[in-house]
Amino acid sequence: MLDRIQRLGHRGLSRLAAYGRAGHILFQSIVARPEPATMFPLLLKQLYFVGVLSLIIIVVSGAFIGMVLGLQGYTILVDYGSEQAVGQMVALSLVRELAPVVTALLFAGRAGSALTAEIGLMKATEQLASLEMIGVDPLRRVIAPRFWAGFISMPLLTMIFAVVGVWGGAIVAVDWLGIYEGSFWANMQHSVDFRDDVLNGVIKSIVFGFVVTWIAVFEGYDCVPTSEGISQATTRTVVYSSLAVLGLDFILTALMFGEL
Amino acid sequence: MDFPGNTIIDIRGMSFSRGSRTIFDDINIKVPRGKVTAIMGPSGTGKTTLLKLIGGQLKPDSGEILLEGKNIPRLSRSELFLARERMGMLFQSGALFTDMSVYDNVAFPIRVHTELSEEMIRDVVLMKLNAVGLRGAAQLMPSELSGGMARRVALARAIALDPDIVMYDEPFTGQDPIAMGVLVNLIRRLNQALGHTSIIVSHDIQETLGIADYVYLVADGRVIAEGTPQSLAEVDSDKVRQFIQGLPDGPVPFHYPAPDYLQELLQEAR
Amino acid sequence: MRMRTMEISVGFLMLAGFLALVVLALNISGLSLADQTGGYKVYARFENIGGLTPRAKVSLSGVQIGQVTAIRLDPKLLMADVEMEIHSDVDYLSTDSSAQILTAGLLGEQYIGIVPGADEEMLKDGGRIRDTQSALVLEDLIGKFLFNKVSE
Repeated sequence: MLDRIQRLGHRGLSRLAAYGRAGHILFQSIVARPEPATMFPLLLKQLYFVGVLSLIIIVVSGAFIGMVLGLQGYTILVDYGSEQAVGQMVALSLVRELAPVVTALLFAGRAGSALTAEIGLMKATEQLASLEMIGVDPLRRVIAPRFWAGFISMPLLTMIFAVVGVWGGAIVAVDWLGIYEGSFWANMQHSVDFRDDVLNGVIKSIVFGFVVTWIAVFEGYDCVPTSEGISQATTRTVVYSSLAVLGLDFILTALMFGEL
Repeated sequence: MDFPGNTIIDIRGMSFSRGSRTIFDDINIKVPRGKVTAIMGPSGTGKTTLLKLIGGQLKPDSGEILLEGKNIPRLSRSELFLARERMGMLFQSGALFTDMSVYDNVAFPIRVHTELSEEMIRDVVLMKLNAVGLRGAAQLMPSELSGGMARRVALARAIALDPDIVMYDEPFTGQDPIAMGVLVNLIRRLNQALGHTSIIVSHDIQETLGIADYVYLVADGRVIAEGTPQSLAEVDSDKVRQFIQGLPDGPVPFHYPAPDYLQELLQEAR
Repeated sequence: MRMRTMEISVGFLMLAGFLALVVLALNISGLSLADQTGGYKVYARFENIGGLTPRAKVSLSGVQIGQVTAIRLDPKLLMADVEMEIHSDVDYLSTDSSAQILTAGLLGEQYIGIVPGADEEMLKDGGRIRDTQSALVLEDLIGKFLFNKVSE
């Protein structure tokens, strides 16, 4: 019994220590002494790997999700004779929820896992230690540009996702199902508010970008530098970021739209 | 032994443990300036850890690591980075940056620490690459190199800033005999030509003894023997003899601690 | 050369993201730049606004000429006081215009329809429309209908 309590305490302490290390990494790589001049080319490269290479999966999934929403929305709303509101439904669900959340989940799987694996491999092949011995802080050289790239890419990708999704919904609703185009857009524009809906969605995506990239770089930097350790860290990145995104989404939604 | 006035690194009473495992227990090592010092011992005795301690990447639990009188574990972060500019380290895996070409790898420390023009950097990089015989490979990527070549490039990078101290972490492991011969030669030659202090951590006895001026034998967290390669051969200790002659069993047992063999076999019925 | 393609594609990503924001703002949330260039405020009191919300459109003969900007409750008269903004180029609403709350379709959103009057004086900023007609509340309608049936 006492053994179990001890094990529990041990696990709690090591968890706490991990959070401490994560905070330290965050602080050292971003808050402390940023160097824009040396960082810009590195940041550019990471924006390419993290942002541009995620673009295709974001656009494709955005289009399909928008189309599904259009189709589902139509079949439900047509029963109430208000199929004109399908544009409103597609746009609101995309802008408020689906674009930030699905983008963050896809981002965690596509870019987050790659970040973790890359940093973990750099650790395993002693590249991080080697940087340190050359007198370059790996937190600033390796972690910081990757972190910023994720942080910048996520809102961009989310907005692209939302636009592509609405466009997909419009194709299904207007072109295939024959909803009058004017009322489709008018209903949407009437019900979507720029500040309450669009900006809140973007704020969500910024929070998600921060959290997912943080988890990804931390797991990579903190992993056990063996092939097994890297694979575990990669899995943890995807699992933890997905859970964090879904949990945070609830909290943010409650704060933004709920009457709590 | 003492090297009066000529000790560049002086480790005094240093202890280090990882978790509950003691890796170094009150260890004393002096490294003479301009010479090749070898630190040898069976695998798992924390030789690589020792290099990381000297490089300030790890901090000891107690004791001092003096680099020309400055205690490395007590340096501030910026002082530490300054001290590291005087050190070059050759990692076991080479640790080349996989996203840069050979040329950029060697140029990297120069670009970080100096304000030299690209032209001068080019000259220095080609000179260093020529010294390790790989000037022709400058535009290759690290993934296109063989293991031995990667290590030579890493060596060129380690000496790019003409450091005072070059540390070699297991430079000979996993090399074919030709690459090994090239490396042994190179380390000796560079040491003579550039006059830096070399610290080699290794368990390849013959190669290391061939180029070392002074040898420390480390086992069980302690220095069990030290001296020149010649004097070491005459040390009257079972442990030392076992290691130097490569005997399979001796004071360092062949068997990992285990219950009695016969008893364990008989237990299987349970 | 590789650096160049990388820079171009990152630039493209930035541009696409920015364009997406513009589309979200203008096309999806209907934030029109013309809105800021202004309009003038007109007030109207209704006994019952039904489901009217801020940002509902104000129309004249079905053409949008402005939107509802605020809805307050007048504590003395116990009526809803609706503030709406009319596009400044629509300066031909006479002071005796009437406003009514209409519904787009059976279940659609509610909006304000304005019917111009004949007076020569026009509504100014801060003007008030006196002749108003409240929202049609379905329950009231059904109630009246049943009452009439019974009394017959």
